[in-house]
Amino acid sequence: MYAQMVKSEATQEDPEMLAAFQARIDAGEKIEPKDWMPAGYRKTLIRQIGQHAHSEIVGQLPEGNWITRAPTLERKAILLAKVQDEAGHGLYLYCAAETLGVTRDEMTEMLLDGRMKYSSIFNYPTLTWADMGAVGWLVDGAAIMNQVPLQRTSFGPYSRAMIRVCKEESFHQRQGYAVMMKMAQGTPAQKAMAQNALNRLWFPSLMMFGPSDADSTHSVQSMAWKIKMNTNDELRQKFVDQTVPQAEYLGLTVPDETLNWNAEKGGYDFAEPDWDEFFEVITGNGPCNTERLAARNKAWDDGKWVRDGLLAHAQKRKMRKVAAE
Amino acid sequence: MSSPNSAYPDTPEAQDKPKRQEWPLWEVFIRGQHGMSHRHVGSLHAADEEMAIKNARDVYTRRNEGVSIWVVEARHIAASSPSDKGPLYEPSESKVYRHPTFFDIPDEVGAM
Ligand SMILES: [Fe+2]
Ligand SMILES: [Fe+2]
Repeated sequence: MYAQMVKSEATQEDPEMLAAFQARIDAGEKIEPKDWMPAGYRKTLIRQIGQHAHSEIVGQLPEGNWITRAPTLERKAILLAKVQDEAGHGLYLYCAAETLGVTRDEMTEMLLDGRMKYSSIFNYPTLTWADMGAVGWLVDGAAIMNQVPLQRTSFGPYSRAMIRVCKEESFHQRQGYAVMMKMAQGTPAQKAMAQNALNRLWFPSLMMFGPSDADSTHSVQSMAWKIKMNTNDELRQKFVDQTVPQAEYLGLTVPDETLNWNAEKGGYDFAEPDWDEFFEVITGNGPCNTERLAARNKAWDDGKWVRDGLLAHAQKRKMRKVAAE
Repeated sequence: MSSPNSAYPDTPEAQDKPKRQEWPLWEVFIRGQHGMSHRHVGSLHAADEEMAIKNARDVYTRRNEGVSIWVVEARHIAASSPSDKGPLYEPSESKVYRHPTFFDIPDEVGAM
């Protein structure tokens, strides 16, 4: 998912207020920006929604990489529309976080100087056109697993942002799967490219859900607050169960020799990703971390004169209008 | 304390920070094709109203969601405060006669 290992903040507040707050959440009420909320709830949400927003924005880079090299004009238009949606997702989410008292520019600066994170998945390279298929199918597919239940999250603005996002995600996954179908049914070389993309992106996709958090106190608190709806393992299992038959339909092999249908639990047994690799990636040592952050920093720095210029122009126009009245 | 007349809270985080030079926040309202009123759909940042409308078009109407856009700077919105919930909305709870189902009309009268 797009927000991994979000630490929840411990809260020290009036026990009565806390109990009343929890009762509202348990009753299924939405918490709105001006309602009283524990400081820890606010901080955890800023961290989680911010990380989610950053992932949408940084996530444009590995796909933007292929826009100019899409194989047909139609594929190019589709990919462009998909990447544009992701910019929108980032914006919806930044706005949701902003209702908690942090500004978008502040969050951007925290991303750029490494104080805030984005999903580990976007630190992997997209090497061939087949990766555009695999990313839509697997990465958006994994994101959907997490975002669908989050539509019911307790924080109103986050819930509303998730509802908008989910409306658009199914296009993302389907266009990705359509690319995979085309490749898998193509020449042997094209099918091999599709298999290679699956091989490289399978385990990083499983990592998106984060390490097992069954015993994590952060996770228990976030689940009580309904800002996390399922454990990481639950979502990962669901993702594998949904995705394996889709790979079979493509005639591709999931790169996991231990993969096996377990009739008793009604789900697949599968291998865990390499968690050492995961921790390396989220601490900044993945294959593309430096490149991704450099690209975001460059865009921010190069855009400064535009932001400043438009603001100055708007202020000048406003002054003129006042003077004329 | 959150100010009683803004849509968003001034949180502890926001209070003692220096004022930043950022594009202001705008709230976006869209009217769909089927004659309903403009509806709040979300917010965005823009330097001025012209850009806010352009950005609203890009962010909120990519799939034929609307035929008309209103934008208003978020700081111009006055909002009721959550602590007024009781005095504002409770009085209507006891006025059940405002609903048509309060009245029993015999079947033979026909649809009403
Ligand atoms: Fe997205
Ligand atoms: Fe997506």
